[in-house]
Order: sequence, then C-alpha cells, then structure tokens
Amino acid sequence: MTGLGGKALVASRVDDPHADLTRTKEKAGPPKKPGGSVFPGQRNGSLALGRRLFQTGFFNLFRAAALINGLALFIIVAFLLLNGWRAINWTFLSQAPMDSMTKGGIFPCIVGTFFLSFGAMLVAFPWGVASAIYLHEYARPGTTLRMIRLGINNLAGVPSIVFGLFGLAFFVIRCNFKVSLLSGALTLGAIILPVIIGTAEEALRAVPSTYREASLALGATKWQTIYRVVLPAAFPGMLTGCILGVSRAAGETAAIMFTAAVFFTRQLPSSLFDPVMALPYHIYVLATAGTQIELTRPLQYGTALVLIALVFGMNLIAIFYRARLQRRF
Amino acid sequence: MKNRQTREKIIRICFLVAASISILVLFMILVFLFAEGMPIFRKVSVWNFIFGQEWYPTSSPPDFGIFPLLVASLAVTFLSALISIPLGVMTAIYLAEIASARIREIIKPVVELLAALPSVVIGFFGMVVVAPFLQETLDIATGLNLFNASLMLAFMAVPTICSVSEDAIYSVPRELKEASLALGATHWETICRVMIPASLSGISTATILGMSRAIGETMVVLMVAGGAAIIPTSIFKPVRPMPASIAAEMAEAPFRGDHYHALFAIGVVLFLFTLCFNLAADYVAQKHKQVGAATL
Repeated sequence: MTGLGGKALVASRVDDPHADLTRTKEKAGPPKKPGGSVFPGQRNGSLALGRRLFQTGFFNLFRAAALINGLALFIIVAFLLLNGWRAINWTFLSQAPMDSMTKGGIFPCIVGTFFLSFGAMLVAFPWGVASAIYLHEYARPGTTLRMIRLGINNLAGVPSIVFGLFGLAFFVIRCNFKVSLLSGALTLGAIILPVIIGTAEEALRAVPSTYREASLALGATKWQTIYRVVLPAAFPGMLTGCILGVSRAAGETAAIMFTAAVFFTRQLPSSLFDPVMALPYHIYVLATAGTQIELTRPLQYGTALVLIALVFGMNLIAIFYRARLQRRF
Repeated sequence: MKNRQTREKIIRICFLVAASISILVLFMILVFLFAEGMPIFRKVSVWNFIFGQEWYPTSSPPDFGIFPLLVASLAVTFLSALISIPLGVMTAIYLAEIASARIREIIKPVVELLAALPSVVIGFFGMVVVAPFLQETLDIATGLNLFNASLMLAFMAVPTICSVSEDAIYSVPRELKEASLALGATHWETICRVMIPASLSGISTATILGMSRAIGETMVVLMVAGGAAIIPTSIFKPVRPMPASIAAEMAEAPFRGDHYHALFAIGVVLFLFTLCFNLAADYVAQKHKQVGAATL
C-alpha cells in the first residue's frame, strides 16, 4: 500500500500550493466576491481533470484486484470441471477403489468425510452455541469476557497441522482412541468451534432486543427468555454457522492425517473406533504418494471435483439462506 | 422465588464453563505439544535446534536443526504477503467503497467461496497446473518451488485480509467521509486520505491474520513447495516450510523417538508463531479502536 500512499502524496502536493495561494491572496488583496476561490479546480480546468483521471485510474486498479480474485476462483473451478466431469459416473460415486487404487470409485471416502464432518459438528455445535449465548447474553465487559474472546480468536488462528498434532498426542495416544473416526471428529470439532461461535453470536445479535424486553416484562427469567424467545428466533441463523462448519471440516486435511484418515480400508467404518478414508486425504495421497500418479490422474480430478462440489454446495446454501434471513427482522 | 434465582445462577455458571472451553482447548494444545516436544531438547540444545543448519532427522547420527525450515516458512509467508496484502486490501476497498450494491452481491460470495476452497484442492491445482506452467515458461528445474507456494498461499490469505479490512472500512463513521466530500475532496482523495487512515488498525489486523493463516497452512506447502530442506538462494528454489515437514515426516517417525519429539517441537515453534501473530492482531485491534467520529 505504500506505493499508493506515495502517489497520493504527489496529488496533495499538486493541490496544496493552490490552496495556500488562494489563502494568502485573500489575506493580502482586496476582498473578492465569495465563491470563486473555494475550489481550486474551478479556476484551473486541467487540475480538475487530473484529479478525475487519478480517481478513475485508481478505481480501475481496485476493480482489477477484485477481478483477479474472481478470475482465480473461476480458473480453479473451470479447470476441475473440465478435467473432472469425465471421471464422474455412478460407479465412481458408489464403488470402493479397486486394482490398487487405479480403478473403481471413492464411495468409502464420501462416507468417511460425511461421518467426520457431521461428527465434528455434533461435537462443536452445542459447545459453540453455549459459548455464544454466554458471550452475547450473559457476559458483561471485563477481564473474563476479554480472556474468553482472546482464547477464541487464538483458537481460530491455530494452524490445522497443530490441531493434528494435538489430536495425535491427546485423542489418539493419551485417550487411546487410536487412529479413528472419533479422534478425527473431536479434532475437527475443535477446529470448527470458532466458526460456530462466531456465526451463533451473529445470529443472537440479529434478534431485536425488544423480543427480550417483552419476555422479561412478562415476568420470565433470563433463562426462560433465552430458551423460549431468543433461541427460537436465532436458530435459523445458527444453522448457517452449522453448514459453514461442516463444509470447513469436510475440506480439512492436515488435521485428520494423523488422527482419522487412512489411505485404504477394506470396509466402511462400523464403529466410532474404526479408521476411515476421506476425500481430501484421498486427493493428497493419490496426487503425491501413490505409486501410479499419472495413471490415477482422472481419479484425482474426479475426487477433487466431488470435494469442491460438496464444499461449495454447502457454502452456497449458507450464503443464500443467510441473505434470506437478513430480510426477516 | 429464591429457588428460581439459584437456578438462574447455576445456568449462568454452566454457560460460563461452556464458554471457557475454547481457552481450555488452547491450553491443552499448549500442554500436549510441549509434553511431546520437550524431550528432544535433552538431545539438542534449543539454540542448536532453532539455528542448526542441517535437518537430517533420519541419518545416523541425526541432525535436528530447523533453521532451513524456519527460513522457508518465513520466506513463503513474506512473499505471499507481498501478493496478498495489496490484492486483499484493494479488493476490500473496492467492495466497501466503489462497487455498486449489485456487483457487491456477486463479488462477496466469490471471496467467501475462495475462502472455502479446501487447501488440498489449491495445492492440487498448484501441482498439476501452476508448476508445469512455471517450469516451461521460466525454464527452471522444478515448478514446485518457493514462488509457486507463495502464489497459492496468497490466494488463501486474500479472503481473510479482504473480509477483515472490509469490515474495518465499513465501520469508519459516515461523518468523516461526508466531511471530507463536503470540503471538495474527490471520492478517491477521501478514500486514501480519510477512509484508509481511519481504518488502518483494522487493515493491519487483517494483514497480520492473513499472514498467520499463510504461515500455518500445511497442504499447500506440502504439495507445492518442493520439499528440499535447504536455505533457498532464489525464489525459484524448492523449500520445505515447517508445516510441510511435520506433515510429511510424522507418518514415518518412530513413535516417541527423537524424530517424533523433534516434529512436535516444530509444532511448538509453529504454534508460538501463530500465537504471536494473533496476539499482535488483537493488540492492534484493541489499541487503535475507532471510537466515535471524534478521533482520527
């Protein structure tokens, strides 16, 4: 941004001498008719044009920046679509991998990712909503609130690989859950907790305070108010957080590498203590560590396409749902 | 009546406990990382661990010096920040100030979807598209290098930077903008001399958070950075940042062996890095909070 600041400074140097000139002239010379000296640009047409050109130039630069982001997203999605759609058919979606991963489908991965992300949501949603209720309904400004917020912000910033290490050390080894669905879901739950707290709090904030006041005025206690009035009103908003959390958990790779995911299992998981296959880990292994990387390329494209279709689908639902909710109150 | 009040008190305490869980998790992460990482320092001193130039954990005798990994992490983060900060902040300004409501309704979901892209998909894209492209156009030994990783990481950091900066620009009081326009400043002059200075703390927070996301990101650097544990001499050399090292080696490290403990110690370093970034972001956000229209 320093570059922009520098150019802005140049612009100010162009303007300022004129502003000073007008002021000294007004002081020294005889009184002039009012109005003429307020805008330096009016007296000097080229200066006004310069300012306008400056503005247009920079606005186009900003527009280009926004466009680059859109373009990046478009290129990635288009690339996966073009290369991946051929791999996707019913066999691909409903079969297990065959012939040492070179043929067959990704059904176990879809099942694994489904269980992992919903497990994570089951762990994180109650805690997240309870945290948000405390933060928004009960807490008063002070050290406690500050500490809790700091904790949440920092938790949100912890890299997923560090969560993975924590899951390995705590759930897998200390709690002896082994590399399993349970360890993975708990680890992912910790990762999506800040997401759920954030959206739940936003949902609570959107409930008008008149709702609470009306309930309290009728003699309800605070808990009755929260339970019967605030929560039902905020629940749809909390659901968007839920969807976003699930989609985040579904795409997470580093955290499940040591805690839940394995390259290949013969059966679908039958209990919480079974290891699972997962879409993101499947992509990673096929693309880097497999023995026939080139041979499995179509499978890689297909798996990536299924993963982003899942994640984007959930995100788009959340985005549209939230847009609808915003018009409600 | 008394009964009702005690019940309310108990409920309140229950929620306080629930809200404290995130601090508890953070604390437990710290405890368990340290518990598993500390034993390595019986073999290697902290100084030699951090500033040791050689990372050969599997040779005998093994060398546990993470300096090349540390440098790689910092280089990747810094280079990606050079791309993501201008891109993110400019997009934020465009969204908050320039775009019409209809365009904003298109661009905002785009940024959100960019944030939602799973990192493994970005890494995959970098591997199969960007790497061959770089290799051919620039005629270099490998497309899997520092530059490629930074480029991919930049697009992961942009959504964070963009949305936090945008919030900051939005929260600048209307009066400031109106006053500037009323004085005859153009929209552009208002943006760069009033809106940006007023939201600078928010933009700084955004930048720090974006960099924190980039330094901790694993899958992208694991798949795209090339994986050579050498201090890079140019931006087109393969590198091995800290998260990549943890992710790639943990599966092979013997359980509770030196290598295993060393990888946890890298996790500690990484955790402390992001903790510092996040505390800094929080400090900047708190210290320079925009309160009302009077302060600028």
